Amino acid sequence: MKKSVILGAATVAGLAAGAAVAGTVDDVKARGTLNCGVTTGLVGFAAPDANGEWQGFDVSVCRAVAAAVLGDANAVEFVPTTGKTRFTALASGEIDMLARNTTWTFSRDVDLKFEFVGVNYYDGQGFMVPKALGVSSAKELDGARVCIQTGTTTELNLADFFRANNISYEPVPIETNAEAQQQYLAGACDVYTTDASGLAATRATFESPDEHVLLPEIISKEPLGPLVRHGDHEWGDVVRWTLNAMISAEELGVTSANIDELSAGTDNPEVNRLLGTEGTLGEMLGLDADWAARAVKAGGNYGEVFAKNIGEETPIGLARGLNAQWTDGGLLYSPPFR
Amino acid sequence: MADQTNNPIAFVADGNIPESPPPARETGVVKWLRENLFSGVANTILTVLSLILIYLLLKNTLPWIFNGVWNANSLAECREILAGKTGACFAVLAERWPQLIYGFKYPVDAYWRPNLAFILMLVAFAPVLFFDLPRKLLLFTAVYPFIAFWLIWGGSILVPLVALIGCVVAGGVFQKFGKNSFAAGFFGAIVVALVIWNIGGALIPESASENAWLSPVPSRDLGGFMLNMMLGVTCVSLSVPLGIALALGRQSNMPLIKWVCVIFIEFIRGVPLITLLFVASVMLAYFFPPDSTVDLFLRVVIMITMFSAAYIAEVIRGGLAALPRGQYEAADSLGLDYPQAMRLIILPQALKISIPGIVNVAVGLFKDTVLVSVISMFDLLGMIRGPILASTEWNGVYWELLGFASLLFFVVCYGISQYSQWLERRLATDHH
Amino acid sequence: MSTMTDPPKSEFRLSMLINDTRYRSLTFQVIAAIVIALCIWYLGNNLIQNLRAAGLNISYSFLGDSAGYDINQRLVEYDSQSSHARAALVGLLNTLLVAFLACITATIFGVAAGVLRLSNNWLVSKLMAVYVEIFRNIPVLIWIIIIFTIMTAVLPAPSAFRGENPSSSMLFDAFAFTNRGAYIPRPEFANGLFSSTALNWLLVIAFLIGSWFATREIEKRATKKQEETGERPKTLLLKLGVWLVPFALLMLVMGLTWNIPELKRFNFSGGINVGGPLIALWFALSIYTGAFIAENVRAGIQAISKGQTEAAAALGLRQGRIMNLVVLPQALRVIIPPLISQYLNITKNSSLAIAVGYADITATLGGITLNQTGRAIECVLLLMLFYLTASLLISTVMNFYNASVKLKER
Repeated sequence: MKKSVILGAATVAGLAAGAAVAGTVDDVKARGTLNCGVTTGLVGFAAPDANGEWQGFDVSVCRAVAAAVLGDANAVEFVPTTGKTRFTALASGEIDMLARNTTWTFSRDVDLKFEFVGVNYYDGQGFMVPKALGVSSAKELDGARVCIQTGTTTELNLADFFRANNISYEPVPIETNAEAQQQYLAGACDVYTTDASGLAATRATFESPDEHVLLPEIISKEPLGPLVRHGDHEWGDVVRWTLNAMISAEELGVTSANIDELSAGTDNPEVNRLLGTEGTLGEMLGLDADWAARAVKAGGNYGEVFAKNIGEETPIGLARGLNAQWTDGGLLYSPPFR
Repeated sequence: MADQTNNPIAFVADGNIPESPPPARETGVVKWLRENLFSGVANTILTVLSLILIYLLLKNTLPWIFNGVWNANSLAECREILAGKTGACFAVLAERWPQLIYGFKYPVDAYWRPNLAFILMLVAFAPVLFFDLPRKLLLFTAVYPFIAFWLIWGGSILVPLVALIGCVVAGGVFQKFGKNSFAAGFFGAIVVALVIWNIGGALIPESASENAWLSPVPSRDLGGFMLNMMLGVTCVSLSVPLGIALALGRQSNMPLIKWVCVIFIEFIRGVPLITLLFVASVMLAYFFPPDSTVDLFLRVVIMITMFSAAYIAEVIRGGLAALPRGQYEAADSLGLDYPQAMRLIILPQALKISIPGIVNVAVGLFKDTVLVSVISMFDLLGMIRGPILASTEWNGVYWELLGFASLLFFVVCYGISQYSQWLERRLATDHH
Repeated sequence: MSTMTDPPKSEFRLSMLINDTRYRSLTFQVIAAIVIALCIWYLGNNLIQNLRAAGLNISYSFLGDSAGYDINQRLVEYDSQSSHARAALVGLLNTLLVAFLACITATIFGVAAGVLRLSNNWLVSKLMAVYVEIFRNIPVLIWIIIIFTIMTAVLPAPSAFRGENPSSSMLFDAFAFTNRGAYIPRPEFANGLFSSTALNWLLVIAFLIGSWFATREIEKRATKKQEETGERPKTLLLKLGVWLVPFALLMLVMGLTWNIPELKRFNFSGGINVGGPLIALWFALSIYTGAFIAENVRAGIQAISKGQTEAAAALGLRQGRIMNLVVLPQALRVIIPPLISQYLNITKNSSLAIAVGYADITATLGGITLNQTGRAIECVLLLMLFYLTASLLISTVMNFYNASVKLKER
């Protein structure tokens, strides 16, 4: 790896690092760790636990990619990013991929030159109100004060929704979820709005969650997914197909429990191709044959990851809904491994 | 006349009347109270108002503090233990103590390293802050940054060693050549240091860090109050020399250098620190060579150092301006050239006058380090606003955490400002 | 070795560039210029390469696009269809508003605390010392968050004003202080002389200015009379009349009514709404900076020699008048230069508004606009440019004021 003269010493000291000379895949392999951008803390999706380990749904995607490329699900450096810093961090090469509930929109994909490799969570913006207000629809919110957690497309959707329905409101943009929630609980806001998944996660942490309801309206489409820099297609393929491997694994019934058994070879050719016992899919990606098997083994298939971090058994308690497999009436549909 | 002396007359006193105690309202507590608290209507009203204010404050905070719960695993548990009483949930401090101090990623078994670095820092600062201590201790101060770097970041000892060797050799070069020509010594030293660092950097194998005695810690894993301390100490130390250079540059009679310094200083002083931190987090990355990325910590250090250097430059400029013109002329008449005059005559005096001002800037800067929480660094405030308040267990514990953060900052900043006042008094007596 | 008899040759040698003081500074400046140019070239080159690698460009055209988000406090017309530039303008005005308000109150707090700290009331002076030390030694960001939290937690929510037995009630049935901000009555003109509200208000202001000039005239005459006869005529009633009568008449003619806030479905509506974030930020900045100003005021007062106070006391002036007439006017000259830098600090610290959701320019241009457009470099540059201009403007204005109150030396 080429090092610039002045930065030489700093590089060895670990304060600076080479990045993105060749392909990101080679860089990640050379470095031995994957730099993955996540949120600064959203329980269920990406948040450090009491021991300082990052946990969550987005985190699992990072771990799966690290397992696929490096063979070690723990070889990930999690880089916390805010709404402001995330795109620069990715564009400047500070992170290799961004797995931070980031909505896939036209302008981000085209104008900001990023590549969304897929969708790992179909979300939509919702509203939460205290039950005591007696509101049953977002259209009744005329004159309400709305707390917004800034940083995603939330503000824009909100403005569009209220404008389309010709009702007035007073927005209160708040930087962190914790502060927005404090405002909401103290009654300084009538409504709290952010992605429905975030609302559920927030409500779960309340002292008495039953006193708050989520309104039925979902006012936007929020396909959240991991993204990489535009132009590095090899790396984009690796992340895309790792995500697809997690989704396919669920569809094909490959779980972290039975994967070792299935890796020995099965009657289902698609499972075999996925797990690398048949075909040369790994080689085409520039990885080992069992890359997908490692990715799935890291945290389980999509369904397992979902259930463990945000599923109905967890305090966050999200139903699969749109995020069910297409076979179950959801939108998850991985292209075939072939 | 004799009569009077021999036969005492009944109505003439023949001795002093024993001193009677002063009236009750003119002594002791009463007098003090009357003079200091109730000397007039307005004063009495003020006193009563103050007493009411103090009473209200104490009434609301004392039960909260004394009922505090120190042992619980979550806010819900705290509420259960308190059973409806008012009381703080200090348990969050007990449980998250390491996170508040060291951040959430610093390896637990390495906590002794920042602790040791902190203690050594006190030792290293002592000779700088107290002039009475033996000057030889300054040697340790000079070595301290390398020790601290090694302790906190860990990794191969070769890195700080190479850096140290580079500095020592550069210092030697400067000693040797700087006597004749300051410029030759100065630039020679820089070149030598760069050469040594680059050779050393190339010689150190990249794997050296992996099996080092102290496990390496990436700077992303630094956090908590430790991060505030590190940013504060590093940036202030780095900005003092830069500030001196800027102040001298601003006084220079070379128009180009003067205007560059003026523009730099006024630009930095005209914008809020937060915008400079935005520069560090979203812009600076674009200004480094395309084939490298520079750590966020280093980028933040660069920006904060520039920020405080501008302020320190203004303080030092004040110190330079305060020196009587005669000092400059005396130096000139001795035939000293510019670097000599500055080094031997002007700066020692100007810096001495500026120390209290520099300390004030340092305190302000240290307080401003909490702004890094806005750009996704987990300093003390960042830990509180991010991971701790976002966690399921401690969601809603504001007062205890904010109070704790305030207390930590208050202790440190108040301590430093007391030192500055002490120093001011001491320096003031030197003139008499 | 031959003795040198000739005068030194004036012909140019290369070494003179370093050793001759006539050329040395030129040499250094040329070197410095080259170094600076190299640095700029290096950084600029990196920037260009990086941007090219990322496929980005620097363009300010996004400023004309519609912003798409709403702002809760707007001093000028703005809705979600307005442009990003307009959003930045709204934020800019909000920054200036909070900075202006905070400068005034911080000065009041600071002067009060500074004077009281020197009071001979022990308790009060200690209390003020505690105030100054506590606020000076804790970061302002923490204060902003604490005060915002206190406001949210202590003040009642609008729902507390509702129901049969509300736990809170409006002050005089007209003022409501909630954790969303204060709602106060708004004066309105039923039959204004002009159709536009702004013009009506201008008329009111014109009347007030007229009254002010009239009172000055009255004062002047009273002083003249005093100089002639030695007796100052009583002017208080006359002045009051000049202020009140035209004003009252104007109000009567224009049909002044009060738009009183009332509780609607979710919130109070009507009246003037002073938003919670504004109040929290305003108060936090004032009380924090007030502590610094208090120290400046104290230093300024202490810089006035004790002889001045004693001389004033010997003239028979009361305590309060000594302060107002003798000490403060002189202390002002010492106080104003540091006061200027405190005002600059307020303006710069108002950028911490993002912590409380106040829509200042850092929150609009440097916040939501930056998030939505991803134009980081452009937004941050514009942001810095704005603060730089504001700082320079404030310091220019204040320096003029400083020059006008400075001791005129003869």
